[in-house]
Amino acid sequence: MAMADFLVKAPSAGRGPIEYTHEDDALRIFGFWVFIATDMVLFASLFATYAVLYRHVGHGPGPLQIFDVTGFATETFILLTSSFTCGLSTYSMHRGQKGWMMAWMVVTILLGISFISFELSEFITDVAQGATLQTSAFLSAFFTLVGTHGAHVSLGIVWMTLILIQLAIRDLTPTTARKAFVVSLYWHFLDIVWIFIFTIVYLLGEMS
Amino acid sequence: MTSIEHHLEEHSGRSNGLDSTGMDEKHTPWNHIIGFSISLVLTVLALWMVLHHIIHAAVLFGAIMALAILQAFVQLYFFMHITEHHVPQWPFHVWMLTLGVTFTILFVVASIWIMSFGAESY
Repeated sequence: MAMADFLVKAPSAGRGPIEYTHEDDALRIFGFWVFIATDMVLFASLFATYAVLYRHVGHGPGPLQIFDVTGFATETFILLTSSFTCGLSTYSMHRGQKGWMMAWMVVTILLGISFISFELSEFITDVAQGATLQTSAFLSAFFTLVGTHGAHVSLGIVWMTLILIQLAIRDLTPTTARKAFVVSLYWHFLDIVWIFIFTIVYLLGEMS
Repeated sequence: MTSIEHHLEEHSGRSNGLDSTGMDEKHTPWNHIIGFSISLVLTVLALWMVLHHIIHAAVLFGAIMALAILQAFVQLYFFMHITEHHVPQWPFHVWMLTLGVTFTILFVVASIWIMSFGAESY
């Protein structure tokens, strides 16, 4: 009871960034942090599966045979840059520059699409070489972990596009600002997940 | 003055010391540029260390994991503004995240530990 009261207590009206204008929006942003914590647990289970199974290559190819340094390094730099442009979008939003905010969102979406394109071409190359989801425990764990991240990014692209349309139609209001801020949190979170995929899947694969 | 203008003025006035319109065209997002630069440096460093096998594998893995964790904090601080507390909920989102990280570490470490028993038999 006491905790619930604390969670919804009167906001600091008129202070802080635009997305925190109303207490309702502040509460929704907090709710999204809770979602991030639970989504982290989803990825934790997939990382745990990968960590246990990555040496079980069976008769299929191992990490060294299918990981392409140029390919995964490119994907990493594209996603890092998209996280930066997404941050610039939030920065422009805080300065009330709706045009720049939307322009940086478009750049972020385009980088997201190119990231997904690189990942899809990587998967297609793997499958063409006989490295499929059914080949070995290593590949099942690999495609499930990396694919789940890719599905998240794809969802993020669609979501950010919808927010972009809302911004164009409804203008920059505390509500659309909160929605844009939440999608930016999601995008940065996916970048953090990718940093660990880059390290634990790809770099560790190069070391094996 | 609309509530948004009022809002922007208060926020920008507080954080950047901008004029009342909050639209200083010359202002550069240094925080974001610093965050992005650190991420790039950490990523290139990790990639370089692995491709050149600079140290023994176990130490190398510890080093690249440390770089990844550092980079996660860079994202949280520079881009996700985790330390900004404009909310009455502060700092509950940090506790939520801590809980998520705890579960993550527990899942991964405990899975590896349990599955290492009898690993030679399958």
